[in-house]
Amino acid sequence: MAPLLHLENITKSFGRVTVAKDMTLSVAPGEALGIVGPNGAGKSSLFAMISGDLRPDRGTIRFDGRDITGAAPHARTRAGIGRTYQVPRPFEHLTVFENVLVCGHQGARLKGRAAWQRTMEVLDRTGLAPLANTPAGRLGLLQRKRLEVARAMGTGPRLVLLDEVAGGLTEPEVLELVTVVRQLHTEGLGIVWIEHVVHALVKTVGRMVCLAGGDVVADGDPVEVLADPKVRELYLGAGPEAGAGTAAEVLQ
Amino acid sequence: MEILNAVIQGLLIGGLYALFAAGLSLMFGVMRIVNLAHGDLAVVAAFLALALVSGTGLPLWLVVLVTVPMFALLGYLTQRVLLQRSLSSGPLATLLVTFGLSIVLQNVLLEAFSADTRTLDGGSFATGSFRLNAAVSIGYLSLATFLLAVLVLIGIQLFLSRTGLGRMLRASADDRETAGLVGGNPRHIYGIATAIAFATVAIAGLMFAMRSSFDPSIGPSRLIFAFEAVVIGGLGSLWGTLLGGVVLGVTQSLGAQIDPALTLLAGHLVFLAVLAFRPQGLIPGRTA
Repeated sequence: MAPLLHLENITKSFGRVTVAKDMTLSVAPGEALGIVGPNGAGKSSLFAMISGDLRPDRGTIRFDGRDITGAAPHARTRAGIGRTYQVPRPFEHLTVFENVLVCGHQGARLKGRAAWQRTMEVLDRTGLAPLANTPAGRLGLLQRKRLEVARAMGTGPRLVLLDEVAGGLTEPEVLELVTVVRQLHTEGLGIVWIEHVVHALVKTVGRMVCLAGGDVVADGDPVEVLADPKVRELYLGAGPEAGAGTAAEVLQ
Repeated sequence: MEILNAVIQGLLIGGLYALFAAGLSLMFGVMRIVNLAHGDLAVVAAFLALALVSGTGLPLWLVVLVTVPMFALLGYLTQRVLLQRSLSSGPLATLLVTFGLSIVLQNVLLEAFSADTRTLDGGSFATGSFRLNAAVSIGYLSLATFLLAVLVLIGIQLFLSRTGLGRMLRASADDRETAGLVGGNPRHIYGIATAIAFATVAIAGLMFAMRSSFDPSIGPSRLIFAFEAVVIGGLGSLWGTLLGGVVLGVTQSLGAQIDPALTLLAGHLVFLAVLAFRPQGLIPGRTA
């Protein structure tokens, strides 16, 4: 099957710091891919390059066979790439409903009733329906993270990029989010998920990639990737970081 | 009784100030552009209408109906061609570009129409009035301007709260980058915001030109009133802008009661007082 997303020989550096070093990575349609790696491995930069916030210095990015390397962010969203931010960025003065509605209008190009229906559907599924008329600025962290997912869904994506949606949440909250994400996946959406809360990832993804120094160091079955000596060394070498503990726990 | 009259006249002219200010506020809210050419655009609209009336012999109301959409289109193009380029270079660049635009517009008008003072002849409508009582008489034009201002502000408010594009404008005001990532084309959205700003400033310029004389150099003084109305009312709130315009108008009008030379100074003093003691404005608003 032709890949949904294909990054080929992507290179990006900021001065001396290299966030992507000749990286090649593919995501198949409907695949759920987890991405782990120590801080500074280039995970967030990778998302920024896929969603259009950053332009790679070299290499090409293809989505659904189309070259989107130089496309504007809104064009990529309309093409079917939805994303969330690690630190939620809701439109604070818009209600929760409006936050998702603009995604339906602008991202999915829906009009009138269709946009409203889609918005209600997304809010139902993300558990935000009771908060539909609340200004997004008043939401707590879990709700903000949910709203990030809801907005990404609202744009009518075929691929969703999740950037640490479980970070900072309590255990039951993480489980709730995992349920939402798994449901998206079962419906055939492609998912790329960056996460430090590794056990949330392992529950959801079918494949895992470990990044370090802007390149792929391991790629395959999640449990095997986490057991890989190179990956273990990276995490243990990374010091007392959130990911280290959780990765170790999963392996035990 | 004279005080009452002064308050009413001030209130009515406040509507005009709010009309001047609405576009300024919208452009700042959505794009963080302080449009220093805002006042000059109003003057351009006035001269354009003057040229159309004398050139084609069309009735003024028809000319107004033509000029306002023309300005909306002009606004959209100005954003796409001129302002968008400077936006990526930061706030200073947009300030310089609009400042330059202001100078260019003034000089083009000077070249085309000379420095003579002009008026836009609104006929009996512009000069007629009705009496409320012995002391208070209300001009048809003043009342119409005020009502028009309220209607335009309600219209913008409805557009922002009820339509998809309007919501997107508010979303952009909240977070420009994220607005792109939910699928909004920022250039188009900014174009729409500028189109609305230009259309409203054209209306303001035309209403102003019917009541007062104008010449190519008065743009900046209109800009000051618009600024003051926005700051007094509270940035980003349309109703705040109306209130700001009214407060400015009433203050000027009351100042004129004491001494005609105090008219403008009184307005500036209230503006300074608000800046000093309530910098968020009377009705601190949400963005756009």
